Formats: sequence, C-alpha cells, structure tokens
Amino acid sequence: MAVEAARVALKGTEAVPASVFLATADPAYQDKTNATAITAALGLGEDVLSADLTGAVRSGAAAFHAGLRGDGATLVLLSDIRTGLPGSVEERDGGDSAAAFVLGSEEAGPLVAEYLGGASTSGEFLDRWRRPGDSRSQVWEERFGEGQYLPLAKRALQRGLESAGLTVDELDRVIVTGLHARSVKSFARAAKLGGDRLVDDLATTVGNSGTAHPGLMLASALDAAEPGEVIAVIVLADGVDALFFRTTAHLGQARSSRPVADQVAEGRTDLAYSRFLTWRGQLQLEPPRRPNPERPAAPPSSQRAAWKFAFAGSRCACGHAHLPPQRVCVKCGAVDRMTQERFADRRATVATYTIDPTYTIDHLAFSMSPPNVAAVIDFDGGGRYASELTDCDPDEVAVGSRVEMTFRRLYTSGDVHNYFWKARPVTGNTVAGEESA
Amino acid sequence: MSSHGIKDKVAIVGMGCTPFGELWDKSAGDLLVDATQEAFTTSGIDKDAIDAYWLGVAGSGSSGLVLSTALKTEFRPVTRLENMCATGSEAFRNACYAVASGAYDVVMATGVEKLKDSGVSGLAKANPPHDGTLSQVTAPARFSLLAPAYSEKYGVPRAELKDVMTRIAWKNHYNGARNSRAAYRTEVSMDTIKAAPQVAGDLGVFDCSGVSDGAAAAIIVRAEDAYKYTDKPLFVKALSFVAGAGKGSLDPGYDYTTFEECVRSVSDAYAQAGVTDPRADLAMAEVHDCFTPTELILMEDLGFSERGQGWKDVMNGVFDLDGELPVNPDGGLKSFGHPIGASGLRMLFECWLQLRGEAPQERQITTSGKRYGMTQNLGGYPGECVSFVAIVGPELG
Repeated sequence: MAVEAARVALKGTEAVPASVFLATADPAYQDKTNATAITAALGLGEDVLSADLTGAVRSGAAAFHAGLRGDGATLVLLSDIRTGLPGSVEERDGGDSAAAFVLGSEEAGPLVAEYLGGASTSGEFLDRWRRPGDSRSQVWEERFGEGQYLPLAKRALQRGLESAGLTVDELDRVIVTGLHARSVKSFARAAKLGGDRLVDDLATTVGNSGTAHPGLMLASALDAAEPGEVIAVIVLADGVDALFFRTTAHLGQARSSRPVADQVAEGRTDLAYSRFLTWRGQLQLEPPRRPNPERPAAPPSSQRAAWKFAFAGSRCACGHAHLPPQRVCVKCGAVDRMTQERFADRRATVATYTIDPTYTIDHLAFSMSPPNVAAVIDFDGGGRYASELTDCDPDEVAVGSRVEMTFRRLYTSGDVHNYFWKARPVTGNTVAGEESA
Repeated sequence: MSSHGIKDKVAIVGMGCTPFGELWDKSAGDLLVDATQEAFTTSGIDKDAIDAYWLGVAGSGSSGLVLSTALKTEFRPVTRLENMCATGSEAFRNACYAVASGAYDVVMATGVEKLKDSGVSGLAKANPPHDGTLSQVTAPARFSLLAPAYSEKYGVPRAELKDVMTRIAWKNHYNGARNSRAAYRTEVSMDTIKAAPQVAGDLGVFDCSGVSDGAAAAIIVRAEDAYKYTDKPLFVKALSFVAGAGKGSLDPGYDYTTFEECVRSVSDAYAQAGVTDPRADLAMAEVHDCFTPTELILMEDLGFSERGQGWKDVMNGVFDLDGELPVNPDGGLKSFGHPIGASGLRMLFECWLQLRGEAPQERQITTSGKRYGMTQNLGGYPGECVSFVAIVGPELG
C-alpha cells in the first residue's frame, strides 16, 4: 500500500526524495528496515535515507514531524493494517490504508501546501497497547482515556495556533483523528472545531486506519481543498500533535491522480468474511497439495534487486525489450548491449490468459485469493511478461484488457516476505503511466 | 549448424518396461532392477556384457549410484542426466552416441521416476535458491493457453475445440485400456471426459496426463552387431534434441499455437532419417501428450497435419489406433502418467513392440509397409522448452 501511495505522490512532483520515512504500527519486519524495500520498489537508488518509524500509532504524526524538519525532499509514508480478533470492535471499526506525502522546502519543487506551524504534547498513560506480533490491541476503559486526552489536545491546539499565528476561526478544514474515538468526538465539540469544516473521518467507508489515518484524511482534504485554505491536522495518540497548513496556488496543478473519494467509490462490497479472515491470518485454509513456495534467497534477491523490486527489465541496443532483464538479446543475439529500463509505470495489454487451478479442484496453485488468473502481457513500447493478475474479476478479463503493475506480497515463506509485482486491470484512476496512443 | 545424425549406426537389441502406476511397494532402485532384468532376460544379454550405462532421473535420485547400487553393476560408468520431461529420451540419445563413437560395444539406457512418493499433486521440482520472482503459474495453466490461442487463430469455436481435446483424451485412454503396462487401463467415455471438473482454463481433469511411477531400459549395440543379439533389432534412424532460447516468453510475436523447439527438432530428425512425408513414412508416433492441446499442436508441429487442420484430422480419426498414422498407440502420457526419467524410454518401448509385431493383438497397429516409428518429448512450457525426437525402424535403410 505504501508503494502504491508513493507512486501516486511522486507522479505529482518533480522533487526527488533524499529521505524515505515509513510509519506503521504493523511492520512486516522488525530489526530489518522496511522502508528499504519501498525505496527499491520506487527505483529511488541508493543515495537515500530509508528509515522506519514503527510500532506506535503516533509514528504517523512523527514521520510528518521528521519530514517537516528534514533537509531536501522527504517522502513520508503512513501505512497501517488494523487487526483485531473476529467479532471485535477493533475489527469492525478498523481499516487499512496508506498515504504518501513529499515534504520539503520550495527549493525541492513548488509547494502544494505550506506548513504554518504546530505543537505537540505527550502523556504517559495506559490507553491502548499491544505486544509485538499480537493481532489484538487492548484498550483501557474509554472514559479514562478521554480524561487524559482532552487536556493534552487543548494545550496542543492552543500552542499550535500560536505557533502558526492563527485563530480557530481561521481554520477552513479541520482533521481530528485518533483511535480513541470518544476523545476525538468530544474534543472536536469542546474546541468548537465541528460543523462543515470538520473533514469526514471515513469511518463508515474505510474505517480507522490508525497510523495512516491522519495521512488519509489529509489526502482527502487536499483532494477537495481550494488554494489558500488553512487545514488543521490534530492527531490524538499518546499525546496530541496539531499541525497547520495553508494550500497554495499550485494545488490545482498537482492534485492526486487517485483521489480518496474515487478509491472509496471503486471499493467492492463482495468480499466474503471467510476470505477476509484468511487474509488476516485468523482462518487457516487447507493448503494446496503442492510443495510450499520456497523462501526467496538473499543473494539472488539482492543481485536482481532492480528486477525484483523496481521491475526493471533490459532493452537491447536493437530495441528489443526483455523481462526479466537478459544479457544476451533474444532478437539479435548481441551480448551486453542492454540498458536497464523500468516497466513498473508502463501499461500493458493482455495477450492471452488463463484461470489457474482453483480451490474447487485440486489445490494446485498457492494463492491467498483463488482463483488465480495468469496472463501473458505485452507492454506498451515492447516487452512481454507472464504475470499473475490481481484485483480482477476473472469473468471480466479478456484478450486486449489493459493492465498496470502493482507491488505486492506474493507469499511469506520461512518468515521471509516475498515482494514482487503483479498486473491488475486499469481502472478509471490509475497509478502507472498514461494511456498511450 | 550441422547435424549429421547416426542413421543405421546403432541398434536397439533389448528392452524392458515396468508397469506404470502407483507403485507404493517399489523403490526407484526396485523399478530399475525390474526394467533392466526384463531387458536382460528377453534379449539373453548378460549384465556383465554391458560396458556402460546411462540413467535418466529427474527428481528420484542423483548420480549414477542410483543405478549402480541397485543393479550392483561392477565398476561400469553410469552417466546420470536430467533434461526436464525429455530426461529418459536423453539417456537414450547419449547412450546411442557412445556406441556410435566406438567408445563402447554394448550400452544400456535406463530411466526411472517415482513421482507418487512425494505426496503432492503434479510434478514437484526443486528450484535452486532464487529471488522469489519465479512464475507461480502452474503447468496446466501454462499449457491451457494453447487452446484459446488455437481457437482464435484458426476460427475453431472454443466449444468445438473442447470436443477435439476430448477426442484426444478418449483415443489415448482407448489405447491405454489395451495395454497391461498402462497406469490407467479403462476406456473413458467422451461424456465423462467433457464433464470432468475444470483444472485450468479449458482443461478438465481428463485433459491432463497423470502422475505415476515407472522405469524402462534399452540395450544398444553397433548396427553391424545387432543380429548377433536378436532377429528383430530396431535401428536408430534419427536423434534430435533442441533447447529453446525462451523466445516465446520474451517476444510479443509468439502466439501460443506452436512449439518452435519441436518444429526445429523434428525437421532435423526428418533430415537425418530421410523422411520427406511423415504420414507416408511413419507407421506410428509416440508424442508428448502432457495435456490434450499439446498433442493437437504437435500434430501440426511434427508435420502430421497442415497448419490449422490438425483438429479436423483428430476428429476424422487419422491418429486413432486404426487410423492412417496411429499416435500414442500405447495410451500415451494420458494412460501411463509421466514418470519423467522413464517416459521417453516407455515411448520407445512401444515402437519396440509395434514395429517388431509384438504388441498385443488388441492394439497391434497395421504398418502397411511404413518403415519408421517416432518418439517425441517436450519439456518446459509453450514458448520456453526443450524438444526431443527419435526415429527408429526395424530394417536398415
């Protein structure tokens, strides 16, 4: 999700990030930095600081602070998957999302919104906690948390407004968010932030996506905002962060190509609860009667990082494109006359496809989302690749369908997550490339 | 490129082939003993007369020790090799070359595979350490791409093509029902085949070959020595093997209606043997029917049918047991399953029986004076495969 959001964010700016910060309460790895895979998938090269802010829900707001204080352009990624046991309030109210922002001074590129100032408060109290690896968060009785949050929020807002030189009345759009829903509501009311200017919290569509939620709501606000508006972002998480931005005249030319509202509208409601539980690891399906996928090995993954992560193939001097990259041209036979070429942001057309063995028969293919659709796809400008299709209705795939690439976790084996690219049908709002002639 | 072939330089003088199937009570070594013993006893050639061995085995063992320790061959060279689904055929090809070169007088090609012991469906392949980007697409899915491509290119409606695929499966099971060595020995009605659960794309269960255990062996000598061992040797007319460059996987020009590797290897084999009209020269062919669309495409790639006409020839019974050119008279991979190391030699065993007039009456073909038999394997996927073709005949010339 973070890679997907980042691709949209980077599409709208000329800025080249010098740092990539990933904030999530649900990291794929501990010890190992998770942001490096994202940096690699984005093809940003080695001269980048890639770092994680993980564990706490407040990491999202913290990544913003880090980006606002950093040198050069910083890609700030907020991403979270909210888990909870079946039947829990957490499961019902939680959501998954990722948001990406490129932060920096005007030197890095024209600003969409200017940071006006802000303030933070912190408090040590036991409101919400989770041991690493648990799928269930625990919370204290909510009236206790409310008593802790309200004074912290009041101070943060007051100090933040002073820092930004603003009054409450000057705020055009107000984001108040946090996993402590009761405090979020009562603070907005108490501080007179309510009414039309309160940004929709997406609770009924996406659900609360924790670490990522301030980012998701800010992205949603920026989708709708006009130039010159003041946007407040107030995040309640073990303290309170209050940040204030003013949109610039450049906003109109740098809107997200995938507005939040459009993505919500594209959402499907036909996901079976049993499949949801499988994805969440709460329900174990009978595995295929096939060997388990092998875990990716470190040296080949590193050796072929440009292919595996950035989806870079090679193009021969004669013009023929190769995926995966080759040293010897299949067309002209020339050796080592290849240049690396990234295909991740290019669209392709389905040349032929098939529905792979399904769970109804013989459990042949490993898949978290059967049936598998395998397609041979031909990229615009050359290059053929046999790819798994995802996010697709098997009945709607056809020869000639247009697809784009998306970075996914294929499977996890031997505690190693296998990230690679899959193709998915192009929908109205796309991540990759432009429709070519 | 030159490919001179070794036409009429070497001959097969003895063969053995185990029953194929779910052989829970036999090890790979046991199966090798069974297959080689049959070759020894039916030919009257003693184990001590064998100068060197070749062993095709893909996943049921490694090194020549698999054979030497089972057979207790005394300090003879045993060359183990693997070349995907053509593994057994490759053991045969390389053994033939060793005799043709003059290095040895009498050699044996063997092949074995125990697929059932793994407990998984389909073929299980151990990959070297990799980067996790290997395709997860299964073999049935890969080969299922042939059907819609053929349908599109030649304007055969998908439903009609399914009838063609069904007839291929029906024919091979019909033949296999007349073969005591086959793993599946019952006829299957076309209705049953068509109604079978879907596996991948248009492929149903009966469009896929099975999984089984088995072994086979062949004894090879110089052609001039052949009649010392048997009145009815089989002379090797052609051996061809090609490995593709993976063009189909990398080239948008590939349309999934042909295996270029097979076209190349068969044209090499025809040149070696002097075959100009396959239907006139071949009494039979054992081809790689891993999936029913594969056999259809092969009818055209091997020159048995004109392009776009193979489906009609299938429906007209050209390749039936009593047809103009019987294909897979022993029942094919459909009836035998596909123990990889053994399959190529199992195909050769059917040529051994048929061309010497020793097949059981209920499936003995009429050669009508045609001189040759063919075996053909492919390993890999459409667009990226290896292909083997052998042509053999009971007479010199």
